[in-house]
Amino acid sequence: MTLARRIIPCLDVDAGRVVKGVEFQGLRDMGDPAELAARYNREGADELVMLDITATVERRCTFLETVRRVASELQIPLTAGGGIRKLEDGNAMLRAGADKVTVNTAAVARPELISELAAQFGSQAVVLSMDVKRAGYGWGVYVRGGRDATGIDAVAWAKEGVERGAGEIMLTSIDRDGTCSGFDCDATAAIAAAVTVPVIASGGAKTFEDFLSVFEGGAADAALAASIFHTEAQSIGELKRFLASRGVPVRVTA
Amino acid sequence: MKVSIVDYGAGNLPSVERALALAGAETERVTTPEGVRGAQAIVLPGVGHFAAFVNGLRERNLTEALHDAVRANVPLLGICLGLQALYESSEEAPGERGLGLVAGAVRALPREVKSPHIGWNQVRRSRDSLLLRGLGNDAYFYFAHSYATPEANSATAAVCDHGFGFTAVMERERLMGVQFHPEKSGAAGARVIENFLETAR
Repeated sequence: MTLARRIIPCLDVDAGRVVKGVEFQGLRDMGDPAELAARYNREGADELVMLDITATVERRCTFLETVRRVASELQIPLTAGGGIRKLEDGNAMLRAGADKVTVNTAAVARPELISELAAQFGSQAVVLSMDVKRAGYGWGVYVRGGRDATGIDAVAWAKEGVERGAGEIMLTSIDRDGTCSGFDCDATAAIAAAVTVPVIASGGAKTFEDFLSVFEGGAADAALAASIFHTEAQSIGELKRFLASRGVPVRVTA
Repeated sequence: MKVSIVDYGAGNLPSVERALALAGAETERVTTPEGVRGAQAIVLPGVGHFAAFVNGLRERNLTEALHDAVRANVPLLGICLGLQALYESSEEAPGERGLGLVAGAVRALPREVKSPHIGWNQVRRSRDSLLLRGLGNDAYFYFAHSYATPEANSATAAVCDHGFGFTAVMERERLMGVQFHPEKSGAAGARVIENFLETAR
């Protein structure tokens, strides 16, 4: 009886489509969210995360409709986020079919948001997403899609988030994101050692070995990746069989 | 078969409805004591806080109706907090009374382990289980909770372990409950739902 390490594909959604940011070239279309969700559900993904990457008020309805379409394809948990600023935003995501919500920039601006969501929906439904970048001997927290430095220490912020009721930490390394140079195992291990909730590592995954490293050295409870799964460069089923063969407990489906 | 899903004003009901529909059941949301008493089979889903949940049931006068339904041997499946509410009390809300349909108290997961217990875990049968029929011991289920019932008793059909051993599957005649989310547990969870419907037929 072992709690499995989770593999989580992430859908970055813009105007109802899954996209990938390509440096200097804007966004590249990666497909229909519901179609990708159905594929991941079938291939043995343990959860799905979907983020509204533009998160403008005008597009909020489009995103909620996409959450509904994606949720109806899934027999696994769904986390939705992007632009959640108040309790009602979180409620709308959950009512559309998400099981958990993620908060990031708005939680840094107003940490009470975490407490409000946790009090209403339970800690298991609140994921604190943090974008971090190496700063001296530690890591600094960045907001607005990794554009703005806050000067806040990542470990201190993770601890505060958990005290306020976050049930999971989703940790994205800005240094590694999109580089395909592997997860930031040091940052993940530092956060995992500091908090009592599960930590989801994100940013930089390319190879099966990257996942192995973040589960072993990085002490991650879950690992998240986007484009490498969308393009079918890596198969979730094969990744899990590889991890199982290296002694990592994973849920392998037939 | 029509399954009545108790709607106490919170929670992700669409995923439970979808899972039941995939298993071939009709569903309806019930919010009144009459709806509960007239049910062929009941699902009690639950997320959030124990106090909000049991108070939500009480404010809608559903507590007695659920007792009546269980006395009448109407099949009932509690999910996650819906299982916890079947017990007498919870450490999450000292002083609040649970439904008391099953003996025992719900406790916080110990501090030595990560809490919430979130993710896919396996369970160990403590006896023959109707809900787990057809599933191997290697099956994984999705858990998301910070509280559980550590004292297994005769109603416990399977246990999971996270800091302490706790009741993962409870079965006492047609009163049943699972600490995991079958509606979020892939093919294994779908089988649990089918098994519940089978026992309800």
